[in-house]
Amino acid sequence: MQAADLEQVVDIDAGITGLRKAPYWGEILRRYGGGRQQRFFLVADRSGRIEGYVVGDVRDWEFGSPPCGWVFGIAVRPDARLGGIATQLLDAICDGFRRLGVDKVRTLLARDNQLVLSFFRSQGMMAAPSIPLEKDLG
Amino acid sequence: MKLQKNTLLALCSVLEFAARPGARLAAAEIAEKYRMSPHHLAKVLRTLGRAGLVRAARGAGGGYRLAGNTRRVTLMDVIELFEDISAPKSTARRTGRRAKAEAGAAAFEVEDAIGVVLSEIDEIAKATFRSITLETMLKLVERRRR
Repeated sequence: MQAADLEQVVDIDAGITGLRKAPYWGEILRRYGGGRQQRFFLVADRSGRIEGYVVGDVRDWEFGSPPCGWVFGIAVRPDARLGGIATQLLDAICDGFRRLGVDKVRTLLARDNQLVLSFFRSQGMMAAPSIPLEKDLG
Repeated sequence: MKLQKNTLLALCSVLEFAARPGARLAAAEIAEKYRMSPHHLAKVLRTLGRAGLVRAARGAGGGYRLAGNTRRVTLMDVIELFEDISAPKSTARRTGRRAKAEAGAAAFEVEDAIGVVLSEIDEIAKATFRSITLETMLKLVERRRR
């Protein structure tokens, strides 16, 4: 991931979520770009066109869990899907996690995000031994 | 969410067809493998056929084959044909005003709270079934075989 790719990453995310979050992605690039230790921000580049991205890191003892890889963002342009790009991105970040010595990858996403849930399921991911909880702070 | 016998049989059947794309399978073959009565299975296959998930093959030998796309059809597509998957109602809501009057407001509140928890479990189950395609299930079967 290069700084010059950022605009396209923002475009991909905005096209999917309907929200343009340029400052957020700038901060993600600052914190996760440039091959920082335990952090990954990878893009799928086809002749200069960014087709997708994946972001994640290795977290030590978060939520009481031994060090494991976390993927907290993955997306592929709608017109570039069904070509295995998301699989390649996930494989690449998992290779990075393995190089850091972890043997588990996790993610967290909305129950109604059937598209991405199905993708992770197709990659062999199963329910983790954790339950996300929340409450309104009103 | 506890699945009925018919639902489990439908899932097993659809996965049998998905594992052998294009092949025609005799209902008797599946019935024997899962130790089910052919008559029982025929009813399940008719439901799957009406939903467009399997197609009866004509001609010598007959049999059935999958009509859906294994990368698109989810477990929920099969389950919802056999189970009532509408939003679960809490005990209190199910029995309505009369029950509220009879049991009293305190009982209603407890039952309502139990309903909220059961609903939470149900929603997670539904999301799980919706996220797993037949192809993903076949991969899971393969992984567990190794």
